[in-house]
Amino acid sequence: MANFMSRNDLFLFLGFTIVVLAMPIWLAPFGAGYPDLLQRFMIYGIFAVGFNILFGLTGYLSFGHAAFFGVGSYAAVWSFKLLTLDAIPAMIFAVVISGLFALIIGFLSLRRSGIYFSILTLAFAQMSYNLAYSVLTPITNGETGLQLTLSDARVLDAAMGQTLVGQPVPTLLGQQLSGYAGFYLCAGFLILSFFIAQRVSGSPFGMMLKSIKSNQTRMQFTGFNTRPYALSAFVISGMYAGLAGALLAVTDPLAGAERMQWTASGEVVLMTILGGVGTLVGPVIGAWLIKYFENILSALNDQILANFWSFLPEGAADLMVQVTGKFVGDGWFLTLGLVFVLVVVFLPGGVMEGVRRIAATLKRSGTPDSKSRQTQPAE
Amino acid sequence: MAKSNVVLHVADVHKRFGGLHALADIDLQVEEGQTHAIIGPNGAGKSTLLNVIIGKLAPSSGQVVFDGAILTGRKPHQINQLGIARVFQTPEIFADLSVLHNVMIPAFAKRDGAFTLNMLRSLDSETAIRQEAEHMLEDVGMLTRRDMHAGSLSRGDKRRMELAMCLIQHPRLLLLDEPTAGMSRHDTNTTIDLLKKIKSRGMTKVIIEHDMHVVFSLADKISVLAQGRIIADGTPDEVRGNPKVQEAYLGGAH
Repeated sequence: MANFMSRNDLFLFLGFTIVVLAMPIWLAPFGAGYPDLLQRFMIYGIFAVGFNILFGLTGYLSFGHAAFFGVGSYAAVWSFKLLTLDAIPAMIFAVVISGLFALIIGFLSLRRSGIYFSILTLAFAQMSYNLAYSVLTPITNGETGLQLTLSDARVLDAAMGQTLVGQPVPTLLGQQLSGYAGFYLCAGFLILSFFIAQRVSGSPFGMMLKSIKSNQTRMQFTGFNTRPYALSAFVISGMYAGLAGALLAVTDPLAGAERMQWTASGEVVLMTILGGVGTLVGPVIGAWLIKYFENILSALNDQILANFWSFLPEGAADLMVQVTGKFVGDGWFLTLGLVFVLVVVFLPGGVMEGVRRIAATLKRSGTPDSKSRQTQPAE
Repeated sequence: MAKSNVVLHVADVHKRFGGLHALADIDLQVEEGQTHAIIGPNGAGKSTLLNVIIGKLAPSSGQVVFDGAILTGRKPHQINQLGIARVFQTPEIFADLSVLHNVMIPAFAKRDGAFTLNMLRSLDSETAIRQEAEHMLEDVGMLTRRDMHAGSLSRGDKRRMELAMCLIQHPRLLLLDEPTAGMSRHDTNTTIDLLKKIKSRGMTKVIIEHDMHVVFSLADKISVLAQGRIIADGTPDEVRGNPKVQEAYLGGAH
């Protein structure tokens, strides 16, 4: 095992697994210990972990990853409709389709680098969104979104002689995935995704990706063909996005075009940067933070705010309700933007850099004469 | 003089940029195992020539042949895979990675080729390459800095590390673009010592240099470039004594 995984990696992985599996317990005091939200934590965590393989390791900033997320969702719902309500074929199908889709878009976009690459991915993603929204209505059901119906073919289920009673819902080996079953399915995939990302990052291949980010010219003059490396990273992260999209469809079998929109692509960029680009844990934390505060803040309204500020004298309370009201509910994006600006300006390495700085300060005050010789970021 | 083994042949190369004739009728033969210096005043076309050799610039006419293979039109990674490594004027390194990793990466290119999807192995299990890199670092006197961030090294150390990155590939031809540019006297001397040390390994080297001290202490052969033409070719002593060279380049300085 020593060759397979270093001690630090093993501890990180075990720690991560425990934190994830125990989430229903430790998040309960924060009002987030319910399956619906926890599932979203897992799903967007997978999305961010995969995105980081491209953006964090390889240094290519894609503004179009929501396209793969959306394709994953559509593919999963089609699998439910045509093949079976079981989640496993749906997820395999979704990962394969989104991987192929990423291969095409990555092949075209990676002909350029830097800002031109970002713009190309954005353009392809917006094209995909528009295709899904209007042009490909027979496949995507346009504005309404793709849904399961009783009259779907489900050839595999039909062949097995299963008939349906009531509304069709996805299952896993015959078990329904409502409540915590859905959460643990998603948690299992997040842990698996994290494990794979850890392996990729710690492999020679991962080091090549980091080298491309560091100095592409040197890579080429060192004898590496950088394009297939970047394309592999692009496809892997596209497959992660497809898996996340499929899981969203498993927990809620409805696929809409809006999850392919550029705001969704931007969100995963924010998650990764907020948590810490290039670190393994950072993007997951970023995803959790954003989904948590989105859940809290977008649910607040003026009524709740009025109660909160009611200890102030009347005029002041009204003012505070007016001001803070702009930052909650639909205005939650304003808060997100503000936090994002603060993080980028004061803590460019995101939450993980904050953790590192605190750890360094503690270490310095604890053992005064050990020089902090951190050469590698904790990964 | 009997022609021994020519490994690099720049054949009748011309390069024009618009109206400017940057390289005219360049014919250069580099023999196996030799250190061949290309010198010349600023603007003589030295960097253009190097860029033509490594395929970064396409010549207007003529071609560059390395051991039977035409380099013109090949991509940088293909040229490297043929056995040509390059040291840049400003060290091109992986500043975000550790010194050890910087030196390990080229060893992977040598072992695994231009592209391999080796993501199932762990970097920690690559002991052979790690040991090779550590050896290389010891050779250039940098083993104690193995865990440092490459970006935080001094300029002289970056150059030494870059040399180690090239040497670990055991290239057949090493191109050095002003390896001591911008260095202190001390760093220049340690770099010369290092280059002398690796000379015994029988690797062919083409070196572009400004600094006469560096050139005359290293080169077996010197080609002098002025205004895009080779005006002299020969051993250091021949070149030193050549009146055309003194006029064009060494001028009043010597």
